[in-house]
Formats: sequence, C-alpha cells, structure tokens
Amino acid sequence: MNAADKKRLLREMLFARRFEERCYEAYVERKIGGFLHLYPGQEACVHGVMEAARPGEDYVITGYRDHVHAIKCGADPKAVMAELYGKETGSSKGRGGSMHVFDVEHHFYGGYALVGGPFPLAAGMAKGIKLKGEDRIAICFLGDAANNQGTFHETMNMAALWQLPVLFVCENNLYGIGTRIDRSTAVVDQYKRVCAYGVESAQADGQDIEKVFDAAKTAVDHVRSGKGPYFLELMTYRYRGHSMSDAGAYRSKDEEGEWKERDPIYLLRDRLIDAGELTKDEYDSMDKAIIDEIENEVIKFAEESPEPKVEELEKYVLAENDPYVHGGAH
Amino acid sequence: MAEMMYWEAIRRAHDEEMARDPLVICMGEDIGVAGGTYKATQGLYDKYGPERVMDTPISENGYTGLGIGASFIGVRPIIELMSVNFAWLAMDQMFNSAAKVRYMSGGQLTAPCVFRSPGGTAHQLGAQHSARMEKVFMGIGGLRVVTPSNPRQAYGLLKSAVRCDDPVFINEHELMYNLKGEVPDEEYFHPLEGSEVAREGRDVTLIGYNISVHWCLQAAEVLSQQHGIEAEVLDLFALSPIDRAGIAESVSKTHRAVVVEEAEPIVGVGAEVSAIINEECFFELDAPPVRVSAANVPMPYAHVLEKAAIPNANDVVAAVLKMFGK
Repeated sequence: MNAADKKRLLREMLFARRFEERCYEAYVERKIGGFLHLYPGQEACVHGVMEAARPGEDYVITGYRDHVHAIKCGADPKAVMAELYGKETGSSKGRGGSMHVFDVEHHFYGGYALVGGPFPLAAGMAKGIKLKGEDRIAICFLGDAANNQGTFHETMNMAALWQLPVLFVCENNLYGIGTRIDRSTAVVDQYKRVCAYGVESAQADGQDIEKVFDAAKTAVDHVRSGKGPYFLELMTYRYRGHSMSDAGAYRSKDEEGEWKERDPIYLLRDRLIDAGELTKDEYDSMDKAIIDEIENEVIKFAEESPEPKVEELEKYVLAENDPYVHGGAH
Repeated sequence: MAEMMYWEAIRRAHDEEMARDPLVICMGEDIGVAGGTYKATQGLYDKYGPERVMDTPISENGYTGLGIGASFIGVRPIIELMSVNFAWLAMDQMFNSAAKVRYMSGGQLTAPCVFRSPGGTAHQLGAQHSARMEKVFMGIGGLRVVTPSNPRQAYGLLKSAVRCDDPVFINEHELMYNLKGEVPDEEYFHPLEGSEVAREGRDVTLIGYNISVHWCLQAAEVLSQQHGIEAEVLDLFALSPIDRAGIAESVSKTHRAVVVEEAEPIVGVGAEVSAIINEECFFELDAPPVRVSAANVPMPYAHVLEKAAIPNANDVVAAVLKMFGK
C-alpha cells in the first residue's frame, strides 16, 4: 500500500464511520426501523481485507452488520441509506432493511440474519466458481459468535474436503450479542477451531489496517491460487451494542477505553500525520466534506425517495412469467 | 410412449438436464458412488463425475446451503434429501435463504434450486423416518411445492423444476419409486402449477396428491361399481401455489368434496383445501367438505398400529358413503 492508497482507505473508513453514526441518529429519529447493527470500531476489517481482494469481482457475503461491506464492494451509499429508510430506491427496494442489503451487480450477495447462515452459501458460491472456471473467490465475513452454529462446522468440513476457493473472515469483536466470548466458547482463539477440518488459518490485529491487509494478502493469495479455503481471524471491537436495542451495559468503560485507544481510523490517521503524508487540517476538512456529503446527498436522497407501492406487496415472491411454471416450454 | 418406473423417470430427468447443461449438478447423501437410496441418480456418477454428482457428508443444512449458494451464481443444483425427516435440519437454509432471498433482495437474487425428498410413510420405519411434511413446506412463501403421483409427473415436474427460476421442493414417496406408468418418449415439461382430473365424475370430488391419489382412484372404482356413486378424482400435483380455481371448478360441478391426505389433519393440506372450498364455492356445496387424514401420533413401529395410523381407500369409501347418508 502506498501513501495514496492509505489516504484513500482512511477516507473510506471515515466515511463508513460517519455513515454509521448518521444511521444511529436516524434511528433515534425513528426514520430507520427494525434492528440496526452498526460497524464503528471494526472498519479496518472489511476495508483491509477487500483491499487485498477484488471488490465488485469476488463474491462477498456477510451477516446483518452489512452496510459497510456493501459500500466497500461498490454499492451506492445513497441506495444503502434509502434501504434503511425503507424506500423504493433502496438497494433491496425497501424489502430487505438494514440486515438484508444486497447489490448483486457489485457481487455483494447480501446480509443474512441467521448468524451462521452465510457459511454454506459462501462455500456454494465457491463451488460455482469452480464449476464455471472463474478466476474469482468467495469471501464470507462473519462474527465470532457464528462459529458456534452447526453450519460453521459443516461448511469447514465441506470447504476443505472439496478444496473450495472460499475465504472466511472472522471479525472477532469478542461478544456474541451481549455474551463475552469466554462465556460462550470453550476455545476462544477462533483460528484454532478450523485446524480440525484441515483449513489453513491465521489470527491478526483487526484494528491496524496495514496488518489486516498483509494478513488478507496471504489469505487471498492462498485461496486464489487454488490451495483451498482459508480462515482469517481479525481481533476487533464494536463501539456500539450488538444492535440499537442494546446499550452495551455488559462491558466495562475501561475495556471500551482500551480498544478506543487503538481506533482503526485514528491509528492510520496518526501514522500518516507522523510520516508527513497528511496534516491535521487536511484530515479535518476531509471529515467535514464527508459529513456534508452524507447529509446533503445520502440522507437527502433517502428522505426524498418514494416509499414502495403497497400494490406491489406481493411482487418478488416468485419469478414473474417463468415459462416452465406452465409446462410445455421447450 | 414407454412404461417406466417412478425412479427411472426421475433418473431420466436428471440425465437429460445434466447432459444439456454443465451447470446442472446433483448432490446428496449416497447419491453418487452408491447410486442413490432409491436409485434416482443411478449411473450418473460414472457419467458426469464427482464434481457434478456430489456425495455429501451427512450435513443436511450445510450441503443444502451450499447448493443454494451455488445457485446464486448460475448453478442449477438438484439437492436430494434422503428422507424428508432429515429436511428438518435443512429448513433453515431452504426457508431463510432459498425461499426468501428473491423477496428480501428486491428481486435481485434468486435461488433456482431443486430439493427432492421422499416424504411419506413406508414400512415400519418408525417415528423419525415417517414424517409427512408437505404441510410445512407449502406454508412458506417463495418456495414452490410439487408432488408427483406417477412417473409421468415425476419426470416432467423435475424437468420443469430444474429450468424454473424459483426454488422448488419435490415431495416424492418411498412406496412409489417402483410404481410403473407411461412417460412420453419425447422431452416433456409438466406444469408447476395447476391440478389434473385423474378420473371424471359428477357426484363427489375426491381430492388427493401423491400417494393419496391412488387411494382416491381405488375408492372411486369401488364407489362406482358397488354404490352407483361417480366420484371425480382431482390430483393436486402442485401444493404451492395451489390450484384454487381447479379445486373450485371440480367442486362446483360435483357439489361435494373429500380431501384425502396421508398426513395428520392439523394445519394440513386438507385444512387448506377445505378453507379454499369455503372461500371459493361455499354456496355450491350440498354437504360440508370432509377430510380423510392420518392419526395425529408420532408414527408407531408395530405394523398393526402403523396401518391404523394412515388412511387407505376403504376410509375414503366410508367417508363418501357417510356423506351420502349410506
């Protein structure tokens, strides 16, 4: 990564942070409904990994904390925000909501709300890559708690058995909803758990985007070169509760403070300033420009967009005009 | 038109679709080297190889999800669940992923996969191998449910299901794999919606699906020969979406209906069809619709108890005679 890349990534991460903070406000204003799971604190994970992969090309899938993953793959932030607002212009036409952002054009195959659901789906896309002979990989971003569902174990076995080109990224933020990992999981180092299935793995610092990038580069190269699946565990922390209904009372202020000292955005910002690649003023004006863009373009678009038509309630349940439904098609 | 067995018809549909399109694959437990528990994929492993005829680990939710994920990017998987009882484990992926993804992505993504499974009672397989679960599948929006009663339907429904862009669940039956019937020599695509009149009649409509169609046909013969009652038999090969118009048309003609299901009555096909009759043609009725269903018990092992738990043609005859006050 050169200085220009780092500055771009700093901007992307800061945009993600401000986007999510603005979602929080919109939720409090009741513009956004349902469950809302925010990403602040974890920005270096998806940005570092996707920097080593091919956003828009490789197939990406994740859980319900999905806004930033979609945007990093190429989704328009306006469409993502409009989705959270439940508008027809939303990325899923207002049918999905925060937990189900999709942008298939940019190969973002969605957010899913059953924590272990995406594991086999990602392996299936990897199977499809093999059958079609594509030079792509599937990337599955999930949290640590997903590893306690059966699909984790079933999928690791199949991915290794069939040598599928799939990268599993475990964003270990130490909590499964409100339960700390050592209270739910016998082996807390998640990268160790896949050894039993013969899946290559590593653990890396998820706060330092340069370290994430380096670890992801190794992982992506492994998968893309046909050596089979890889499991990358990134140690990170979310600043907000699991969702908006959770104030995070189960965590100490000291713990939160320690993690915030290693904030992924400030780490990179300070490093760039120390290296003379960035000034504090440049950073502040970048921040202001981002806040303005989110307010004047993203929020404005979501606010002004039309709601879905009630007459179209039953659209998208089944394929329309599929000839095989009526048989006789040749 | 050649006669073939139900399993041979399913195998033929697999073979034709796999020969046509290299992205049609099949997967499931023991379907490859072993040729499938009911021979539905016999010989395909040798012909198409392990990448396209996948013997899976016994991980139903995992491999079902894997097939669904492959379908996201253009693969057309035919996923066999060895017994519908094991489908309970795969329902998370079938329902949460395959059935809902088109809707929750606003129409961007679809999961065009086929799930096949034998779903009935066989011979003394006990409570955990005798579930009848069509009632569960047909309640899930976004999933098509079809159920063949003969080899022609078994062949043509699978052909259409592979080509259709929606996820389709095909409910087969352990006791019907060796059933013989005529199948067109040329390629044939059976509709995924609608119903078929398996026997015409004027006095009462017997509504069945899958194996219960055969009980209805046997009962209709007895009713005609011994009681002078001409029963129409309606074959609901599609359970979701279900043929409301076809049901209403037949019942409006005969003015009486008996719904026959191998499953328990509660929240079942009979309950749904009875409600449809009430909604669509209540004022055409000469008698309240009746259900012939299984006992609401976990399937017992003992032969005598198992037999008592599931209905048969005699029960259908008795229900009709009672309806006619005979």
